[in-house]
Amino acid sequence: MLAYIIRRVAQSILVLLITGFVAFSMFSFVGDPIENMLGQERTQADVDRLRGQLGLDQPFVVQYGKFLQQAAQGNFGLSYRQGREVSAILAERLPATLELAFVSGLLALGGGIGFGILTAIRKRGFSSNAIMTLSLVGVSLPTFLIGILLIFLFSVELGWLPSFGRGEVVDLGWWTTGFLTVSGLKALVLPAITLGLYQMTLIMRLVRTEMLEVLRMDYIRFARARGLRERSINFRHALRNTLVPVITITGLQLGSIIAFAIITETVFQWPGVGLLFINAVQFVDIPVMAAYLMMISVMFVGINLIVDLLYFAIDPRLRVDGKSGGH
Amino acid sequence: MTQPVLSVRDLVVEIPTRHGILRPVDGVSYDIAAGEILGVVGESGAGKSMTGNAVIGLLDRPARIVSGQVLLKGEPIHHLKGAALRKLRGRRMGMIFQDPLTSLNPLLTVGDQLTETILEHLDLSVKQARERAIAALDEVGIPAARQRIDSYPHEFSGGMRQRVVIALALCAEPELIIADEPTTALDVSVQAQIIALLRRLCRERGVAVMLVTHDMGVIAEAADRVAVMYAGRLAELGPVRDVVTQARHPYTAGLMASTPVASQGQKRLRQIPGAMPRLDAVPAGCAFNPRCERAQSRCAQAPGPTLQTCDDRAACWFPITHEQEAAI
Amino acid sequence: MSDPQNPAETRPAPGRMARAWQSDLAYSFRHSPVAMISALVVAVLVLSAVFAPWIAPHNPFDPGSLNLMNGFTPPGAPNAFTGDTFLLGTDDQGRDVFSTILYGMRISLFVGFSAVLLAMVIGVVLGLLAGYLGGWVESVIMRTADIQLTFPAILVAMLIFGVAKGITPPEYRDQMAIYVLILAIGLSDWVQFARVVRGATLVEKNRDYVQAARLVGRRPFSIMIRHILPNALNAVLVIATISLALAIIAEATLSFLGVGAPPTKPSLGTLIRIGQGYMFSGEWWILLFPALTLLALALSINLLGDWLRDALNPRLR
Repeated sequence: MLAYIIRRVAQSILVLLITGFVAFSMFSFVGDPIENMLGQERTQADVDRLRGQLGLDQPFVVQYGKFLQQAAQGNFGLSYRQGREVSAILAERLPATLELAFVSGLLALGGGIGFGILTAIRKRGFSSNAIMTLSLVGVSLPTFLIGILLIFLFSVELGWLPSFGRGEVVDLGWWTTGFLTVSGLKALVLPAITLGLYQMTLIMRLVRTEMLEVLRMDYIRFARARGLRERSINFRHALRNTLVPVITITGLQLGSIIAFAIITETVFQWPGVGLLFINAVQFVDIPVMAAYLMMISVMFVGINLIVDLLYFAIDPRLRVDGKSGGH
Repeated sequence: MTQPVLSVRDLVVEIPTRHGILRPVDGVSYDIAAGEILGVVGESGAGKSMTGNAVIGLLDRPARIVSGQVLLKGEPIHHLKGAALRKLRGRRMGMIFQDPLTSLNPLLTVGDQLTETILEHLDLSVKQARERAIAALDEVGIPAARQRIDSYPHEFSGGMRQRVVIALALCAEPELIIADEPTTALDVSVQAQIIALLRRLCRERGVAVMLVTHDMGVIAEAADRVAVMYAGRLAELGPVRDVVTQARHPYTAGLMASTPVASQGQKRLRQIPGAMPRLDAVPAGCAFNPRCERAQSRCAQAPGPTLQTCDDRAACWFPITHEQEAAI
Repeated sequence: MSDPQNPAETRPAPGRMARAWQSDLAYSFRHSPVAMISALVVAVLVLSAVFAPWIAPHNPFDPGSLNLMNGFTPPGAPNAFTGDTFLLGTDDQGRDVFSTILYGMRISLFVGFSAVLLAMVIGVVLGLLAGYLGGWVESVIMRTADIQLTFPAILVAMLIFGVAKGITPPEYRDQMAIYVLILAIGLSDWVQFARVVRGATLVEKNRDYVQAARLVGRRPFSIMIRHILPNALNAVLVIATISLALAIIAEATLSFLGVGAPPTKPSLGTLIRIGQGYMFSGEWWILLFPALTLLALALSINLLGDWLRDALNPRLR
């Protein structure tokens, strides 16, 4: 088991090194940031000064080494667009995104697993068919359209909830939270639903498929033949066996919640890292793009590692022989 | 004679499909007494497993019982659903499946699966249930049961797993066991052990056993009586020795001639020409008539022969008598 | 040779079309109202996009035909100044919404189809190579796929878009945007194809007929194309259908976020981005109709994909 974990950690580091290389390549090969920052009316002196300031006048290898060293310390230099430390901008924006992602993740997990089980158990019921049809609409409905729809209904027509921003936030020094004020919580409702709905439909469909598969297994028939209660069969026997594949995909889905936050944050003008990133893409602000890429990779790799460790908690077969316990 | 544990009367199972209604079980009747093993034998698709599933109420949709009766100690149970059926399963009738690899939940320990079954049916404390689970493992011959009860299924060998499955089926002391091909997935050497175990439990506990298999060898070794099925119908039903040595239905005779264990003294194995009809194309009259050497015009006319209408052992208008059998 | 007992022998062999109609797939299609309606919707939308220049009452990209006075005309009602009526109303610049949707859908569908085609070609080729050659080629391809799969496709597409935008000179950016989109979405979506094709290749590679073809001296390339690829075709078809819906949604999302099709060449996503601005001031039609079109398009393609998957893989039904 230890060997397995070490191998997984090594793989994770490899992934980070590769994304690091991609991020650095963006620095080296993409356009001339000076042009983006200074626009048409620039003097050569302006250009030279900025080049020196951004470290763009140094040779490729030096820049690469510097990048790796700096990135490891969370230092990605100055934003081409804002002229401020990228790490400071990220740190300031991160709480908004994490709070949004957390609430959406809970919603997606809870709703997805709950509805997934419901539709699998009552395979032919009216409510199952209704939910399945709705979920297909949900999958076909792009996230941004869901957001716009919700704004139209609850902000424009009904006027119940705010359509943009985070509301009032409480500054805890190193963290700003919207959980502690009424307006902060109200502002969270629509973005969280927007962000969570799509992941919820995906998780739901996955849980349903896996659960239906498991319910066909011999050991479920055998459990029935032993006169166990449906509740015990569904939850104790079937759900547990559904969990391994569900956790894999769900882990990835939780990761993509952070990525999909880009869309939700744009629709709701939510001041998080996603909005920061999309602005960076629009203005080709490479340091911000690179830093965001690295941050997301660390998160994804972390989530994947946790998912791998969860397997051991769930499936006893893996605990014994880690070698054959591939998935 | 005392009341049989299980009585099946004119059982008919149907599956509606796109191409019409199929009848995998068509008018089957038999009894099993306490302490008796009834072997149900036939080719795959003959309806033997379907009969077992129908008895314990595990038919997969859209298959369903359309007529006939299943009586457990005289009470009709074929119409039961939900909680009433659940209380019988495990408690009064148990089932053993073919593949011990897949019939145990891989994520729960053997002890978990045993105690949950015991607690479901018997009014015991968790501690008592655990003791009983250990006793059950002990009884089916798991060595060091007390140490192994917290093991997971994958930590047992195939034969040991099938013993665990039998312990699970028996742990709430049912009166009837339906064993669906319990030895098919096992090594030959282990098969004999499992059969011996089933026989012993059947004798010691007075359990009625319905042993479904396609293997005449297993039947000859284990069963007291045998029911031969063909295309969803009973072809022959009688004491195992009589059926094996003096088959009266031409199909049974052919089956015996093609089985190495049962065909005593024959030099060459014989084959029945043709194949069992598909369920959507069962011939009129006797289902076996197109393949039968002895068929006459009556055999192709409805209604087909049944155990009630012709010979008391074979559903055949022209059963083989003992003298004729020697001539085959 | 012909056997009078057997009617199938004496009947002339049915034509290719008739056989296709009698196949299981066609049977399932004829018995699925959802599939038939979806197919109809997709067909109508695709055809109206293809023939947009002949169907659309106006050319929204011809500045000469636009009248700013026509701006913000509600659907179906005559304009207060000019008296012109527009089926689905007009936007801020007086462009007919119906026409912009038709032209927008043209761009959305073009990007969607091209991106899926690109993803399919890349995925199938890499999948075949990985499965057939094995060794380090396989390792490199499948590791890359794994790593890319760690990241959501839309994020990968955004990154590619950002990078490509950085490389393109500013004056060409608007013209190149569509192709950059195709590249970004296509490159972000090849992994699924590669995985399925590799799986099928591994299974087929060791079959007798492939070994036989190899012994006869067929070149590996021709073996792959003639013998292995057809076996992966069903799965590829299903993935392509579902990918098409995803690609159209991805394009709309990127354009909506302002990193896709430019306002001068609006796709459905760009139109929704424009319409969003007028949601609060009451001009709902500028937003609603493009949004509904996008939904209808994505939903019916998804439904078709769902049906196709079930029909080709009956075990999952």
